[in-house]
Amino acid sequence: MPAALTTRALTAPPDADPAARRRTRRTAATSSLIPGSPRNAYWLYLVPGLALLAVIIVVPLGWNIYLTFTDYRGIRPPEWIGLENWIELAGDAVFWTSFGNSIAMIVAMVLVPTLLGLVLAAMLFDLIGKKFGGRLASFLRATYYLPQILPAVIAAIVIGWILRPQNGALNQVLEAIGLGSLAHNWLGSADTALPSIMVIMVWVQLGYPIVIFMAALQRVDPELYEAAELDGANWYQRFRAITVSIIRPEIFVVTLTCTIAALKVFGPVYALTGGGPGTATMVPAYYAYSEFFQSQQVGYGATIATALTIVIAAVSVVFILAQNRAERLEESR
Amino acid sequence: MSALLDGADLNSEPRTSAIVAPNRRAPKRRSGGPSHRGAGDWLVLVVAIVIGFFIAVPFLLILVNSFKSPTDYNTSGPLTLPTELYFDGIVAFWERVDFPEKLLNSVFISGVVAVLAVLLSMLNAFALGIGRVKGRLWIVVLILLANMLPQEVLLYPLYFMFKEVGLYDSQWAVIIIFTVIQSAFGTYLLASVYGTFPKELLEAASLDGASRWQILWRVVYPISRPTLSVLLIFFFIWTWNEFLIPLTFLVSNATQTVPVAITVLQGDRLMDVTTTSASALLGLIPTLVFFLIFQRTLTRGITAGAVK
Repeated sequence: MPAALTTRALTAPPDADPAARRRTRRTAATSSLIPGSPRNAYWLYLVPGLALLAVIIVVPLGWNIYLTFTDYRGIRPPEWIGLENWIELAGDAVFWTSFGNSIAMIVAMVLVPTLLGLVLAAMLFDLIGKKFGGRLASFLRATYYLPQILPAVIAAIVIGWILRPQNGALNQVLEAIGLGSLAHNWLGSADTALPSIMVIMVWVQLGYPIVIFMAALQRVDPELYEAAELDGANWYQRFRAITVSIIRPEIFVVTLTCTIAALKVFGPVYALTGGGPGTATMVPAYYAYSEFFQSQQVGYGATIATALTIVIAAVSVVFILAQNRAERLEESR
Repeated sequence: MSALLDGADLNSEPRTSAIVAPNRRAPKRRSGGPSHRGAGDWLVLVVAIVIGFFIAVPFLLILVNSFKSPTDYNTSGPLTLPTELYFDGIVAFWERVDFPEKLLNSVFISGVVAVLAVLLSMLNAFALGIGRVKGRLWIVVLILLANMLPQEVLLYPLYFMFKEVGLYDSQWAVIIIFTVIQSAFGTYLLASVYGTFPKELLEAASLDGASRWQILWRVVYPISRPTLSVLLIFFFIWTWNEFLIPLTFLVSNATQTVPVAITVLQGDRLMDVTTTSASALLGLIPTLVFFLIFQRTLTRGITAGAVK
């Protein structure tokens, strides 16, 4: 869910067209919006926010980076060991497994929901909304969105209950329809634990792109569709040429926010598997947590968390640069 | 992104009305109005409903099986309705976690965070969007850091800091942390909203001799109230759903939130098959209730940002 937040803001910057933005930037640089009130007078209003930010975010972040260069078990004071944690991390098979699993999470939380969400949003908006009424489309949208409102851990418990090994609903149903041989300890065996978590994450995430994309589709001019239809374009051609190109900004935002969420995923792994069996479902966030609080290797846990931060920051920067480039290409055309 | 905004801001009026009543607007040129539904259309509808059904199935299963006795479950399976309504599972879990207490904790934490975070966002955004202080772009980027960091980075230092000041295992620790994290998003959104605040109103107020503080509370606050209330609801629900930081900071039973209390009991000996189901039901009911109450505000909030 926190992924949902950045979207709305990213898609709603203050000024509409680039020309206006340039214009306001020039005038804005010199004064506040209230006449006769100097810009510097407003620093006072930022004091509580920036002070809290410093205490809660900036200092802990710096502290955390410092801890990566120490051996710290949480009791005796941290002991400086230079790059040892980082060298250990580079050769740590569990760490690399956890990042490999992050890729699986990106497939389950970004790739599949975005692609499926695009098709479903277009289906709901374009066809069901228009031919069967907007009310039915809204109802289906709300149904798809339902798993998104749950706390991630509760969503995980709901599905975990269905996947219980001996008497879970899925195994019971398989037995009832004569497929008992397929019954399985879904979360407890190394071969199915990760795919099971992936299915859960698809279920959780799907509603988010659908809601965002359906809102974006309202921007598409219906006359464009009609023109394309008259020109003999089929549904898929219209979908690709019109829908996807117009809502591309939202596709970018959804992809970025979901990728960050996928890299940070913690709750479902904590609630369902604890990274196991073995390291089959280990993810970086859970690995850092277990080093912090189970192994009491605070320095090493901090190193994992910092590595994850670096990856997230790098991914975000690459995304935003790519988006800017795509926009500029679009404008120059 | 700018392409999106060009189209949206210039033409949103006529286009939205076209969306609201597409069929009335151009009934003749459309190949299939409500009266022309082909077999393909029905097929798509069936597919959409089947997908919706599969998404809803887990909720229905939880609902049905929370009211079954374990024996009933073992003999008739998960798909049948309960032979008789059985409340022992729910009652046992309710008492075991002291559910009303957890509910109260969650409401208290989320409510205080929502109010404080909106207040903080407003102060920040007033300086950034209306005051336009120097270097505001970088300040916004710095503030957004709070939102992008994996929370694991903050865990140990904050754990240590709050222990030092005696706030470990206190709900105020969680409240302070989430006030900062949520207000990062609020600042980002509100600063851009305030950046386009009607200048005439501010000018008029300043001519009347209002101070900055008075302008904030008598002009800016009342006009941006709709946005503030959307933020309030979002902050409440997001804080409600948080897990990692409440899990680490609220170690004693009496301070825990609903998601934490329910999750830490999974795997407990008390948890037979239908009690586990009941625990999931109790966990999802509060958010479901918010969703039903605030559905309109939520979808408006979601679309407001995306369409604007």
